Amino acid sequence: MTVKARETCELAIVGGGPAGLAAATLAAELGVEAVLFDEQPTPGGQVYRNVEATCRRQDDLPAFLGADYRGGLALVERFRASAAAYEPMSAIWQVTAGGKLGVSQRGEAYLTQARRVILATGAMERPFPIPGWTLPGVMGAGAVQTLMKASGLVPDRPTVIAGSGPLIYLVAYQLMQAGAPLQAIVDTSAQPLIRSAFAALPHLSGAAGELFKGLTWIAALKAKRIPMLAGRNLVAEGTSRVEAVSFEADGRRQRLATSLLLLHEGVIPNIQITTSLRCRHEWDPAQMAWRPATDEWGATSLDPIAIAGDGAAIRGAKAAVPLGRLAALDAACRLGHIAEGERDERAAPERAALARQHNFRSFLDRLYRPIESVRPLDDATIACRCEEVTAGDLRELIDDGFTDLNQLKSFSRCGMGQCQGRMCSNTVGRVLAERLGTGMAEVGHYRLRLPVKPLPIEQLALLKNADRNSKPILPVVAGDPSQRI
Amino acid sequence: MFRRLQADAPSATIFFGDQAIPCQAGDSVAAALLAAGIERFRSTPVSGADRMPYCMIGNCFDCLVEIDGQADRQACLVPVVDGMRVRPQEGTGRFDTP
Repeated sequence: MTVKARETCELAIVGGGPAGLAAATLAAELGVEAVLFDEQPTPGGQVYRNVEATCRRQDDLPAFLGADYRGGLALVERFRASAAAYEPMSAIWQVTAGGKLGVSQRGEAYLTQARRVILATGAMERPFPIPGWTLPGVMGAGAVQTLMKASGLVPDRPTVIAGSGPLIYLVAYQLMQAGAPLQAIVDTSAQPLIRSAFAALPHLSGAAGELFKGLTWIAALKAKRIPMLAGRNLVAEGTSRVEAVSFEADGRRQRLATSLLLLHEGVIPNIQITTSLRCRHEWDPAQMAWRPATDEWGATSLDPIAIAGDGAAIRGAKAAVPLGRLAALDAACRLGHIAEGERDERAAPERAALARQHNFRSFLDRLYRPIESVRPLDDATIACRCEEVTAGDLRELIDDGFTDLNQLKSFSRCGMGQCQGRMCSNTVGRVLAERLGTGMAEVGHYRLRLPVKPLPIEQLALLKNADRNSKPILPVVAGDPSQRI
Repeated sequence: MFRRLQADAPSATIFFGDQAIPCQAGDSVAAALLAAGIERFRSTPVSGADRMPYCMIGNCFDCLVEIDGQADRQACLVPVVDGMRVRPQEGTGRFDTP
């Protein structure tokens, strides 16, 4: 098979969720040669994952997933109808500060020089380290929602959802409708939703409908007598797989035998590419996550690079669309397709749409501060899933004087495994900050190196449009296993 | 541990070791394995512990398997292709000579 390398593109968009789709569609409408690269086979991102095929299904899955999910179809259809080029199943393994993208497609790699880049790589579930969280049978709640959207799969064995955030109730509601054996929800948030909701109502201008939706999920779960418990200090118990979850409630430890434990305490920006780029990042104390610093158009500290959607800060799918459109307007202006006046005029309704989302998001941030996934870890809890480094291992190293985050990474191997720190970055930072008595902003984040996605050395060596003046490091024989890193 | 909401005729078959795994159009390798009741995708290189996919969106790397002789493939990101040969990845994995 042969992949056609795109040598150049005017605007590269990375990620096919709502922000990327909205950005690519509008940019193309404004005459920009826009190319959207996405890792998935179909557009929609994680929130609208597989929405085209799901909406064609004859069963009740589209109904179970709800109107918000089905609403993503219009966004995908508008993108499909636009002149934007689409490169699905493309892993982006590098983005340089000069706008050069490394693309891996169907087993081949190539480089694309873009004049401007919009990163729309979205969010990931906040890693939730508890004792036993690496056992088979423990998954993210979002992971199971992905299985439902992508393949119509639902759990068929007893399932407990634990954590906090609106998604736990949405997933619980969706699973319950689909007939999954949902045993209980263990809510780790500080205060009951309903009390906070009424206190917040006066400040939710225009977004009370969103709140109402959340309350209807909870009412439906209550009607089906799904136990909703408050719990802290979760432990996934089991030897070769999860057998039970235990937690503290009312001053004593309770235990629920279960087959599937779904963990979730919100989502955080995916900053893999932006940290490898050395964009300026800030610690967001309200969302308890690192985020790349961006201006009102999503532009970063690096000239050709902008960010749209949850990759810049968690604002949700409904805000991702106007954020994508703002980044596209700015790109079209910088690339000479529209004047500043037109950009600003077209931006006004997008900013108004964002403002409508703002109060509700602040309310969610206050209500669902992660508590359980950021409490001090027991020494035996695994911080780094890849290299199986525990919080206790880290504390020993810190006490031995390894007090810089990246030094700690080198010596502990945390962040040096296959996931490249995606799952442990914040946890290691937290353990370090606790031990030093300082904050996350002070300890910083990992320095990441290319490639940001693993690819066989063979693909790099056979790079389709490599600089012919550079000397190969090794003589290369295609398919030779000894030449794999 | 998972069931399909809609039981269509399989559109493809892949193999996990010797086990034939029926797949539906659009399945990732990870989804097809989970639907067939597979829990053990790999063992870790450090302690040899069993792992199953955790995130399903390409971040956790706990779904690593060997696909058609190539190790380190993220099962949650690879769509199924009829006849694909998948093996659990033991430790750092093997790499077949073609």
